[in-house]
Amino acid sequence: MTRPTSFSRAPRSILDIETTDLVQRASELLADDFRLASVVGHDDTTSLRVVYVFLKGPPDQRVELSVRLDPARAQVPTLAAVSFSASRFERELRDLFGIEPVNHPQARRLVLHQHWPQAWHPMLRNAGEAPKMVGNGDGYPFIPVDGPGVYEVPVGPVHAGLIEPGHFRFFVVGETILRMKARLWFTHKGIEKLIEGRSIEEGLEIAQRVSGDTTVGHGLAFIMAVEEALGIEVSEVHRRRRAQVLEMERLYNHVADMGALCNDVAFSVANSMALTIRERLLRLNEDLTGHRLLRGAVRLGACGLRRSLSLDEIDSLGVQINELLEVVRTNALVLDRFSGTAFLSGVDARDLGTVGPVARSSGLGLDARNAHPFVEMPSAFDVVTDERGDVLARFEVRAREIGVALECLRAWSLDAFEPVADAVHDQREDRRESTSVRLRSGLGVVEGWRGVIVHRVELDNTGLISRLKIVDPSFLNWPALPVCLADTILPDFPVANKSFNLSYAGNDL
Amino acid sequence: MSVAVVSPWIIGSGLLQVGLFLLGAPLLVGLMRTVRCRMEGRVGPPIRQPWRELRKLLLKSRSQPEHSTLVFAIAPVVLMATTLVVVWLTPLLSVRVTLSGGSDLFAIVFLLLLGSVSLSLAALDTGTAFGGMGSSRLMTIVALAEPALLVAILALAATVHSSSLATIMLAALHHPIWLVTPQRLLSFSAFVVVVLAESGRLPVDNPATHLELTMIHEALILEYSGPDLALIKLAESIRLTFLLALLANLFFPWGVSFSASGISLLIGTFVLLAKVAVLGVVISAGEVAVAKLRLFRVPELLAGAFMLSILAVLSALVIA
Repeated sequence: MTRPTSFSRAPRSILDIETTDLVQRASELLADDFRLASVVGHDDTTSLRVVYVFLKGPPDQRVELSVRLDPARAQVPTLAAVSFSASRFERELRDLFGIEPVNHPQARRLVLHQHWPQAWHPMLRNAGEAPKMVGNGDGYPFIPVDGPGVYEVPVGPVHAGLIEPGHFRFFVVGETILRMKARLWFTHKGIEKLIEGRSIEEGLEIAQRVSGDTTVGHGLAFIMAVEEALGIEVSEVHRRRRAQVLEMERLYNHVADMGALCNDVAFSVANSMALTIRERLLRLNEDLTGHRLLRGAVRLGACGLRRSLSLDEIDSLGVQINELLEVVRTNALVLDRFSGTAFLSGVDARDLGTVGPVARSSGLGLDARNAHPFVEMPSAFDVVTDERGDVLARFEVRAREIGVALECLRAWSLDAFEPVADAVHDQREDRRESTSVRLRSGLGVVEGWRGVIVHRVELDNTGLISRLKIVDPSFLNWPALPVCLADTILPDFPVANKSFNLSYAGNDL
Repeated sequence: MSVAVVSPWIIGSGLLQVGLFLLGAPLLVGLMRTVRCRMEGRVGPPIRQPWRELRKLLLKSRSQPEHSTLVFAIAPVVLMATTLVVVWLTPLLSVRVTLSGGSDLFAIVFLLLLGSVSLSLAALDTGTAFGGMGSSRLMTIVALAEPALLVAILALAATVHSSSLATIMLAALHHPIWLVTPQRLLSFSAFVVVVLAESGRLPVDNPATHLELTMIHEALILEYSGPDLALIKLAESIRLTFLLALLANLFFPWGVSFSASGISLLIGTFVLLAKVAVLGVVISAGEVAVAKLRLFRVPELLAGAFMLSILAVLSALVIA
């Protein structure tokens, strides 16, 4: 592998270990401040294999623990005692691969709803066609909350607004929420299964559609994983262009989120302003990349960006956004609704394994642009954090990240912009000839606007995708939402939910 | 109490008043929406849009949730009936519509309350979580708003020793200085807050929301559809218009017709339309600048209104 001058891909240690050593090794890594970023099941036909991906940074460190399971017993020791995120990944493994996490504290299903047959595990190679559904999907084990005056409010999965499907079950006394259970996976589409056996081009098209608002984030994480698997190095110019489209995606989504937060407290004039800015950003996206949602900008070994934002455009966007912020920050009623609402403590945020703006709003300085960079960030770049942990903090973190993104774009806009050839395909053809039969794997880590996105890809010897595991930040952040609702009242739930703004599509896959 | 004298004039002007409110109320709602849209930089639907929505709803078939009873079925009718009676009885165009003690302010308040209560019962009747939640919230607000309203009325009534709306308006017009007395200013402030709360406007409730968990008035009527919903929507727009008209006539009584002449009635009509439209525009312009209060802050707001009306009564007593 050739190492380009200034920035190189961080090396990834892949350790093959025994299942008996797993808990010990994982605990050591977690104690060393590594974060469990993904747990990937594989069906290698003769046996099952599970890869645990641990990340830490800066400096960028990536460690994978690979465990091959006894073909007779599809079991792994559970890591639930040392990592909450692990307990969720393990439940996903159990549903999709039938791999049993031994002694797992939560026996119930996660991904598959109740009407799928128990013995059917769709990610196994021999799973076959989806079986007929059994029953009507009843029997979800909601934990009952009893007591005088406690009542239940079920909401969704069909909502009054145009939002994604999810079912929320509130247990309420008066207006105060005692407990909330979010039931998701209504949009489980089998994306990881769909992508198996497809070409990289097809895989990229699908990856860009994992969650419609995170085209670049997922596209980039996917393609960077593929590039690592194929050993493709991307030129500095193209990596900077990728960083620019990534920030463009952050901009339009953060602006829309800020407007939506205001709209949820009935301050709709700010939403109108935000939507105006968002529309302007979408048109700039189209101008810069040919697609309003930036689809098609990320390519293998390259990035299709026609030009950078001009300084004038950045300035006037800054003025427009500051106008919006001024209107919001000077409205006492809005601030009263935001401040102190849906508090998530830093300890909870860390223990639950949250990422992205949600984690940074509770004081965690977690940002893949800093921890796992693929390009040197300009000096204006800064990891924005806020200690307050409430809706206001999540609003302010987004506001300040917009400022940082604009400054980064300003630094990059000074780049000379002549076309750079990306003779990638020839390179790949060469490699296809020379590869061994061994599976080639790659890991893509990108700080999308919702948080860190991790794709782990394995390619077979014909260059087709044999396995892709996607981790959307929403998967890690969803469990934090019920936790922050302690002491929150029912009519404040929509604004609390919006301050997380998690993806259902990205979570459900 | 005076003896009721039911003349054709009284019936005629009463009918005119009811007709005007029936036709005009949805247009006021449309106007308020348009003002808000324009101020927020949006185009917005035409002012007649609420009427189009009503027509659409009226063309649909009726439906009633399983297990709901007569309470659910008659609530829209009760709401509309009480609303129309209130409009019929209140001297809004002309002070000469009074049917004996009919324009008594306390009677008006309780008739309006009857409508709210019937909707709340209907919401409970559906047995859904949202119905119960909405009626619990509405009753909390009503329980705090009504005392403030009654005490504010008391402040106005104390000066003229009568709770008849016609008497209060006449007295104010005969003694223009009374329009700016402390008790009237205080009671005006309390009145405005109560009107906003009763009609489900910001900062108490957001009539435009789709977030079911935040709803107050909208949560009550989630199970209604078709003609029933049309009836409720129409009645609610009439109530909003009525409350604004009441506010306008109590505190800015100029232009109300006194004589039994067609000309003065015509003038009274136009002046009232103008006053209500101005109030509507002012309220929706104000709504642009505010957000919705946290639900637990609403009692503080209404307690404030109650304090204002207590102060109004005290100053009325002191001055008297």
